[in-house]
Amino acid sequence: MKVVVTSSGKSLDAAVDPRFGRAPQFICVDTATGETTVVDNTAGVSAAQGAGVQAAETVARLGADCLLTGHCGPKAFRALEAANIPVYVGASGTVADALQQLEKGRLERATKPDVGGHWA
Amino acid sequence: MIVTIASGKGGTGKTTLAVNLALSFGRPVQLLDCDVEAPNDHLFLRPRITASNPAGIPVPRIDPEVCSACGDCAALCQFNALAVLQDRVLVFDELCHGCGGCLLVCPEGAVTEVLRPIGVVERGHAGAVRVVQGRLDVGEPQSPPLIREVIRHADRDGVVLIDAPPGTSCPMINAVRGSDLVLLVTEPTPFGLNDLTLAVEAVRALGLPCAVILNRSDCGDRRVHEYCAAEDIEILLEIPDDRRIAEASTRGECAVDAVPELRPVFERLARRIEEVVADAQPMAMEGVRFRADI
Repeated sequence: MKVVVTSSGKSLDAAVDPRFGRAPQFICVDTATGETTVVDNTAGVSAAQGAGVQAAETVARLGADCLLTGHCGPKAFRALEAANIPVYVGASGTVADALQQLEKGRLERATKPDVGGHWA
Repeated sequence: MIVTIASGKGGTGKTTLAVNLALSFGRPVQLLDCDVEAPNDHLFLRPRITASNPAGIPVPRIDPEVCSACGDCAALCQFNALAVLQDRVLVFDELCHGCGGCLLVCPEGAVTEVLRPIGVVERGHAGAVRVVQGRLDVGEPQSPPLIREVIRHADRDGVVLIDAPPGTSCPMINAVRGSDLVLLVTEPTPFGLNDLTLAVEAVRALGLPCAVILNRSDCGDRRVHEYCAAEDIEILLEIPDDRRIAEASTRGECAVDAVPELRPVFERLARRIEEVVADAQPMAMEGVRFRADI
């Protein structure tokens, strides 16, 4: 299973960035092989608007089976839902911690956006 | 001629200047209130509104039967209003700025547009002043399309005054571009000077002539004067800090009515503005074109 985690850095030791659209990095971990891919999100960090939408496209392109992050707003949620990517919010600690939290069933699968949008 | 009243800093007196100037040309004036998030000119002029039309942003609709999910539209969109997910294009109306680029770039002809309402344009008159005002819907983040819709009513053959929104970002730029003269209202304070400097840089980048109106001119310091002298910007009028003007404002009365000695002052200002516009060298506009012009 490919899990994407929003990260403040490029390794599994880096802290989870609780923001989805504006996290500096996405770390994609294949839980079967342990292989990790780091994707830079400069475009999202500097986007004037729609960072979450753009991030959802990036995550979908990675072929992610699920996403771990801190929070997910309404537009990103709609985009991820359209891409059939489940979102787990409330991830914390390092990226490795977040993966453990998922494994142990401590993360909650979002059924709706857990924060409001920035524009309305 | 189009004369726009703008300022980098809010609360410097744009509305006060706009309404009092509108009453001082000795002939009919058209006043366009483009401060669409807070159109206040009507509080002073109390126009009878005779027409009200919705205004909006054209946003894309994708025909899924025709769309090949090539992603050209999403790649073009600088505002992330379009996303291709699972071979389907999602549209985020609230992010769309209505440029129409997706419609142009779609190779399949799958894109049509619908209007997303963002506010209303109201027209009316108060004596010799014809008023056009935009009123942005509460919570709506994008004002430029509504501002352009208000300006579309400008009748260049007469005197047109535009009351611009404060600041130096897109709403202000959309209000000032196309003006024959921009009046920058400021006050002699450090904030006033800082934001005046930004506003001067903005209008100069657009190739527009500007002049300064200094409000509450007898408070603060001399630095705005020094800046204007150094930059060769004419201060067309200094309005003293007068409690009677403030009291009139709080009652919704025009200063030229409440403080009679201001009337000739504003009439001289109106004449001076006509001279300045007549003398201004036609300046080359930057090659910025908006959809609204096409």
